[in-house]
Amino acid sequence: MQNNETMRVQDRKSRIEKHHIEDLIGRSYMSLCVLLLIISIVSMVYFVTSKGISTFAIDKVSLADFFFGTKWSPEGDNPTFGALPFIAGSFITTLLAALIASPLSICAALFMTEIVPGWGKKLLQPVIELLSGIPSVVYGFVGLSVIVPFLRNVFPGQGIGVAAGALVLSVMILPTITSVAADALSALPRNLKESSFALGATRWQTISRVILPTTLPAILTGVVLGMARAFGEALAVQMVIGNAPFIPKSLFESASTLTSVITLGMGNTTMRSPHNNALWSMALVLMLMTFLFVFIVRLLEKRRSI
Amino acid sequence: MKARAVDKIATIVIVTLALLIVAVLAGLLGYILFRGMSHISWDFLTSAPRKIREGGGIGPQLFNSLFLLILTLLITVPLGLGAGIYMAEYARPGRITGFIRLIVEVLSSFPSIVVGLFGLLLIVNIFGLGFSLVSGALALTVFNLPLMVRITEQAFRSVPAQQKEAGFALGLSKWKIVTTVLFPVALPAIITGTILSAGRVFGEAAALMFTAGMSSPRLDFGNWNPLSPSSPLNPFRPAETLAVHIWKINSEGLAPDAAQIAAGASAVLVITVLIFNLVARYVGRLIYRKLTASRRMN
Amino acid sequence: MEATLTAPQILKAPKMERDFRTENLSIFYGTYEAVKGISLPFPEKSVTALIGPSGCGKSTFLRSLNRMNDEISGSTSKGSIWIDGVDINAPGTDVIKLRQKIGMVWQKPNPFYKSIYENIAFGPKYHGVKGKKALDEIVESSLRRAALWDEVKDRLKDSALALSGGQQQRLCIARALSVNPQILLLDEPASALDPVSTGKVEELIKELKEQLRIVIVTHNMQQAARVSDFTAYFYLGQLIEYGMTEKVFTNPENTMTQEYIMGRFG
Repeated sequence: MQNNETMRVQDRKSRIEKHHIEDLIGRSYMSLCVLLLIISIVSMVYFVTSKGISTFAIDKVSLADFFFGTKWSPEGDNPTFGALPFIAGSFITTLLAALIASPLSICAALFMTEIVPGWGKKLLQPVIELLSGIPSVVYGFVGLSVIVPFLRNVFPGQGIGVAAGALVLSVMILPTITSVAADALSALPRNLKESSFALGATRWQTISRVILPTTLPAILTGVVLGMARAFGEALAVQMVIGNAPFIPKSLFESASTLTSVITLGMGNTTMRSPHNNALWSMALVLMLMTFLFVFIVRLLEKRRSI
Repeated sequence: MKARAVDKIATIVIVTLALLIVAVLAGLLGYILFRGMSHISWDFLTSAPRKIREGGGIGPQLFNSLFLLILTLLITVPLGLGAGIYMAEYARPGRITGFIRLIVEVLSSFPSIVVGLFGLLLIVNIFGLGFSLVSGALALTVFNLPLMVRITEQAFRSVPAQQKEAGFALGLSKWKIVTTVLFPVALPAIITGTILSAGRVFGEAAALMFTAGMSSPRLDFGNWNPLSPSSPLNPFRPAETLAVHIWKINSEGLAPDAAQIAAGASAVLVITVLIFNLVARYVGRLIYRKLTASRRMN
Repeated sequence: MEATLTAPQILKAPKMERDFRTENLSIFYGTYEAVKGISLPFPEKSVTALIGPSGCGKSTFLRSLNRMNDEISGSTSKGSIWIDGVDINAPGTDVIKLRQKIGMVWQKPNPFYKSIYENIAFGPKYHGVKGKKALDEIVESSLRRAALWDEVKDRLKDSALALSGGQQQRLCIARALSVNPQILLLDEPASALDPVSTGKVEELIKELKEQLRIVIVTHNMQQAARVSDFTAYFYLGQLIEYGMTEKVFTNPENTMTQEYIMGRFG
């Protein structure tokens, strides 16, 4: 009897039904899509890395000269590939943009969730969505035709420079930080706030002592995501920063970032030339920074769940 | 007493800064539309740009942007659906799923200029596709795919689990359930997300400068043979898009009216993105209503 | 009613060829044993009610009967589920084919986001029924069996979501019936409904048991007493008591069963 039943079960197994075929087709199709996704990132990492290290492997530029050299003159008989001005430019603009955008974004998030949760959200939600939808070249154009002349009139210098770049970037990363912060604030358990209010705390005391400390990792996640966007943004910054290959001594002096120098240089160099390879090395730096930003975001998210 | 005063000041500061953001957006939109609208005319939208003389239009660029968007969506949407469905319905928690999730996250935060360089190296040079619409569309696929995967995954995850169970209980295969029971429910969210991502694709420039190229051949809009080099439909021709055009005239424009052209083109770009936003909301709601017949419920 | 066997008869009867029962069935979520080695028969033409406090494993047990737990990752099972002399819990069973034989209805009505007609015709169409006429017939007969036909016959093309909650639940029953199952599993089918709709669903259960076996999970003791022929009391994943409903409700053997039922009635 036992035998008989096993056989019938086996029999069911061996028959190929319509649903087997359907599931097979579905699974193959999805696997193909996922595979393409994996291939695209693996090949991107591979190509950027292999091109990026050729500055050091083939052109024999030392790591110290590249990362700490301040002189960038890639053409000529005795080229130097000091990329520090661009690395510094990227970090300065990104940090400044985060410093400008973070308080604004946190205030916007508080406005949406704590101060006037009803119409505050209705007002700011579309504003944030539209700000994030505006293309970066448009930000660059407005920066060039509004912010730069304004800075030129008010401060010394030509208007172009780190300050202009940071201002444009700060508007561009506002939506990222605000939406992450607002999500975190609205996910906060209600009783947390209520118990604080019950103790007689004012709204600001509740916000500063209870709400912000609890949501700090989440808000920082938003800030890091915003910085990642700022660090990788190319055209808007390039259009307003001036593109001089020096470490700026003031905020109103022309400077460059990694992305701006790639944008301008890539079209004017030939493949496999040392100049071109040096640009790929900067792309490699951008990629490694992306990994770092994602890593930090993951660390922060881990802290959130605990 | 003191705490009250601090509370009041803090509230005022928060409200002021929040409203400042609204003012920034209003100023931004107002400026772009105010400066650009006066330059927009039928002629501007349809005629070809001029290098040195004034009066050039953005016709080919506008066409290129739209064509490239369609090509990109044709590649991205099926791929994004497949991978997104996998993540939402099939992936079991584990290392591989974690790895794919990491990939999507990394890919979505990749600087678009790096995506452009990658496209230049692999698609333009190694694959030999040259500066072309196809190259641009493939680069934009890399750029847009992670977003599409997320949109799909979220849309499927928000379908009530009981829908799937009902399908299982009827003896349907999982793939059948996914495609015919869950998909229609997830569709409004997918469409809304896709249209919003289309706005992003439409405005992207950095990934395209070195893939779709920064020039456009003389197009003959009477020639609809996709294999002819002067045909607008030829996917293997270089194609400067609107966003790339704005960048180019801002940095190296020689025409005396370059600033007005940039303003007009920016306005067109922003208006298009606004339309995408509005359409996304409207279409999503419309389909949802049709599916659930919620109007009848009221 | 005359065909219904009494509980003692069924429990003593030899294993029939056409039977449906579990044997030593255990369900695990990871290492947690949610259902502990339960053997239970589900006699023909009768309603078996599974009762017990929340978390006692009765819903898990019900869901395992059509291998629905397979879809939850980390869920495993031991033991057998016998249907017509075949252990459907054995590895290699074609779960998808199997589910066609076992209909299921949940606590919350879950019609597909499709028209009323499509909700019913969808399953049969998938399983190979062709032709509009054949499908029309199935739709009508399924809706009639679920006592919904008269209310919806003029608006079959409307979205199923436009129906009231009670109508939706009967539509779900009709949908389950559309593929001609031999067994119907009901997971608290009336707990989200108003009293009138509940009455209709209970009426329906009594009618349907003439055609198939029904297993129902319910928190409502009155309902269990009204509709079921046999009752099984679960507690902490174990089967505490099983017998004819009348006996379990009026004269339970186990004091735990008594306390639970009394507590719920009071």
